[in-house]
Amino acid sequence: MTGRIDRRFAELKKEGRAALVTFTMAGDPDHATSVAILKALPKAGADVIELGMPFTDPMADGPAIQAAGLRALKAGQNMKITFAAVRDFRNGDDTTPLVLMGYYNPIYIYGVERFLGDAKAAGVDGLIVVDLPPEEDSELCLPAMKAGLNFIRLATPTTDDKRLPTVLTNTSGFVYYVSITGITGAAAPDAEKVTAAVARIKRHTTLPVCVGFGVRTAAHARAIAAGADGVVMGAALVEAVRQSLGPDAKPSSASVTAVTDLARALAAGVRGARVAARA
Amino acid sequence: MTVQQLNSFRTGPDEHGHFGIYGGRFVAETLMPLVLELEKAYAAAKVDPNFKKEMDGYLTHYVGRPSPLYFAERLTRHCNGAKIYLKREELNHTGAHKVNNVLGQILLARRMGKNRIIAETGAGMHGVATATLCARFGLECIVYMGAVDVERQKANVFRMNMLGAKVVPVESGAKTLKDAMNEALRDWVTNVESTFYCIGTIAGPHPYPMMVRDFQSIIGRETREQMQAAEGRLPDSLIACIGGGSNAMGLFHPFLDDNDIEIYGVEAAGHGLKTGMHAASIAGGRPGVLHGNRTYLLMNEDGQINEAHSISAGLDYPGIGPEHSWLHDVGRVTFLSATDDEALHAFALLSKLEGIIPALEPAHAIAKVLELAARKPKDHLMVVNLSGRGDKDLDTVSRHLGSKAR
Ligand SMILES: Cc1ncc(COP(=O)(O)O)c(C=O)c1O
Repeated sequence: MTGRIDRRFAELKKEGRAALVTFTMAGDPDHATSVAILKALPKAGADVIELGMPFTDPMADGPAIQAAGLRALKAGQNMKITFAAVRDFRNGDDTTPLVLMGYYNPIYIYGVERFLGDAKAAGVDGLIVVDLPPEEDSELCLPAMKAGLNFIRLATPTTDDKRLPTVLTNTSGFVYYVSITGITGAAAPDAEKVTAAVARIKRHTTLPVCVGFGVRTAAHARAIAAGADGVVMGAALVEAVRQSLGPDAKPSSASVTAVTDLARALAAGVRGARVAARA
Repeated sequence: MTVQQLNSFRTGPDEHGHFGIYGGRFVAETLMPLVLELEKAYAAAKVDPNFKKEMDGYLTHYVGRPSPLYFAERLTRHCNGAKIYLKREELNHTGAHKVNNVLGQILLARRMGKNRIIAETGAGMHGVATATLCARFGLECIVYMGAVDVERQKANVFRMNMLGAKVVPVESGAKTLKDAMNEALRDWVTNVESTFYCIGTIAGPHPYPMMVRDFQSIIGRETREQMQAAEGRLPDSLIACIGGGSNAMGLFHPFLDDNDIEIYGVEAAGHGLKTGMHAASIAGGRPGVLHGNRTYLLMNEDGQINEAHSISAGLDYPGIGPEHSWLHDVGRVTFLSATDDEALHAFALLSKLEGIIPALEPAHAIAKVLELAARKPKDHLMVVNLSGRGDKDLDTVSRHLGSKAR
C-alpha cells in the first residue's frame, strides 16, 4: 500500500532532508481557529500533520497537551467535528499526509468500524493511538490496516531489541520514536542518544523513523533531524496557541500566526540539518 | 440477568489479562515492557514458597492477621433479620484492608530490585499503607493524591508525611482519585528504571487486577474458616463497598463458586443516581477503556470520562475493577448503590450500636446491610466487609451532620 505518507517520505528522501511533523489539537482553541491553523501549517513548512483527538485523561501527555485537549473539549470538540476538520483540510490539500493521534476510549465509543470508515472517507492517512500496544492489536490496528489506514506505532527507550520486532510488526507509514521515557513536552532528549536509538531501530526496519516528545526549539529540531527521518513538534506549538489567547482566552487569528511563525522557524531548523551535516 | 452456568467463576483472567471482554493491557509502549516484567516477576513469586513464607510472617506479626469475624449482635437486633457478621479489616495495621495488597506488592518490588515506590490514593488509606511499608523497608515513597482529597483527608496526609512519604497534590481534572492515577502513570512512564507502581485497587493493566485480587483474597479465605468455626457452615450472603473493588473482590473471590451464596457489591450513589452526581460505574456507566483496562466507566456520549461524585474519597472513582464488570455481566454478583446520606446514616448508626466507627467507604455497605438484612430470615448468615476505620472521616462527617443539624 502506498499512500500519502509513503509518497511524502519518498519525496523527502529524494530532497535529502528530514520531515517536520507538527502536532496540534483538533478544536483548540476552537473548531474554526484550529481548522485555520491546520490549513496554514503545510505552507509554514509542515511536511506531515498530526492532529490530536482530545481526551479527558491523556496519560502520556504533559501539562501543555493536557490543557490543549481540555480547551478543545470545553469548546465542544468531538469526533464528528474532528472529521469535519479533516474533510475541510483535504478539500484544499490532497498531498500532505494527516495522522490522527489520541487515546482509545473516544474511538471505542464512536465505534471502531464507524470510526475507520469516517476517517478514511474524510482523508485521514494514519492513526497513532497511545494506549494500544501490539498486545491489543485486534482492537484497532488490524481493522485499520484492513481499512487501508497506516497504524503508526510508538517505539520507546524501553523497547529493547528483543521487543522491537513485535512493535514493528503491523506498523506502517513511519515509526514514531519517543525520544525520552516520559510525557510529552518533558525533558529535552540528548541528540546523540537519539541518533543512536534511531540507528538501532533502522537495523530492524526500512520504515522512516520520526522522533518526538521533548523536542522544543529550532536548534534542537535541527540536531535531531540530522539523524532521523522526521521530527515531531507538539508541545511547543500547542503552547504557542495558549500564549496567543488573550486574558479572556478568546480565540483569534493571532493563534494562527503564533503557530505558523513557530512552525516556520522549526521548519528552517529541520531543513538546515542535513545541509549543515554535509558542509 | 440470569446467572450463566460456568464451571467456575474463579479461573480468570486468561493469559492476556481478560475477564470476558474486560481487562487487558491498554498502556503506552513505554510501560508495556515494565508490565510484562511485572507479570513475570509475580508469576515467579506466586509459586515461590519463600515468598509465601515471607508474606505470611508479616501478615501475622506486622499487619496483625487474621482479622476477627465479629458477630454484630446489636446491629443484628436492630435489623431484626439476618445474623450479621463484620469482617474486621479496620483492625489491620494502618486501619484498612489496603495493607494486605501493599505488603504483597512491596515484597515483590524488593524482589525486583526497585527502590522507588509510587502510589495513587483517594481516601489516603492506600497511601498510608504504602508509606508505612516503605518506611518499614527503607524505600523512597511518592504518593499522588487529588488536591480535593488532600483537603478532605488531611489526617491521612499528615500520617503519610510522618511516615516519610512525599505527598504530591494533583491539580488536574476533578482533582480526585482518577487524576491521581493519571499522574502516577505519568510518573511511572518517566521513571521506568527505578520505580515500582503500587496500585491500590484491582484496576490498571494486567497483571494488577489479578495480583491485587490474589493479595486481598486472604479476607475471603479467613472468612470461610472463621464462619465454619463460628456457625459450622458457610455464610449465605456477602456484601462489600466498591471503589475500584479490591476489598470486595478480596472477600468475594474465594466464594465465587459457592453458587448458593448471594454476593452484593455496593457502589457510591453520591447525591443519587438520577442526579448524575455519583460514582456508580455499573449502575450508570458502560464499557470503555481507561487506566490500562476495559471496564464499566462513567463517561459522556463521546467517550470522555465524567467526574465521579461521592462523599467518600475512596469510592470517588469513575471506574471499577474489570473482574467486577465481568461478574456483573455474567450475573454472579449483584450491584447495589448507596447515597451519601445513606452512608452518613449508617456511619452514625454503626458507631452507636457497635462502638465501631467505620470509614465512609464501608458505611455504604452497611447502609445496604440495613435494607437486606431486614428482609432475610433469622438463620441467614450475612458477612459485611468492614474495610476500614473512620478516624480519617470525622471532619467530613461532622461537617455534614453539623450542617444538617443547623
Ligand atoms: C476503607 C476503604 N474501603 C474501601 C475503599 C475502596 O477501595 P476498594 O474498592 O478497592 O476496596 C477504600 C479506598 O480508599 C478505603 O479506604
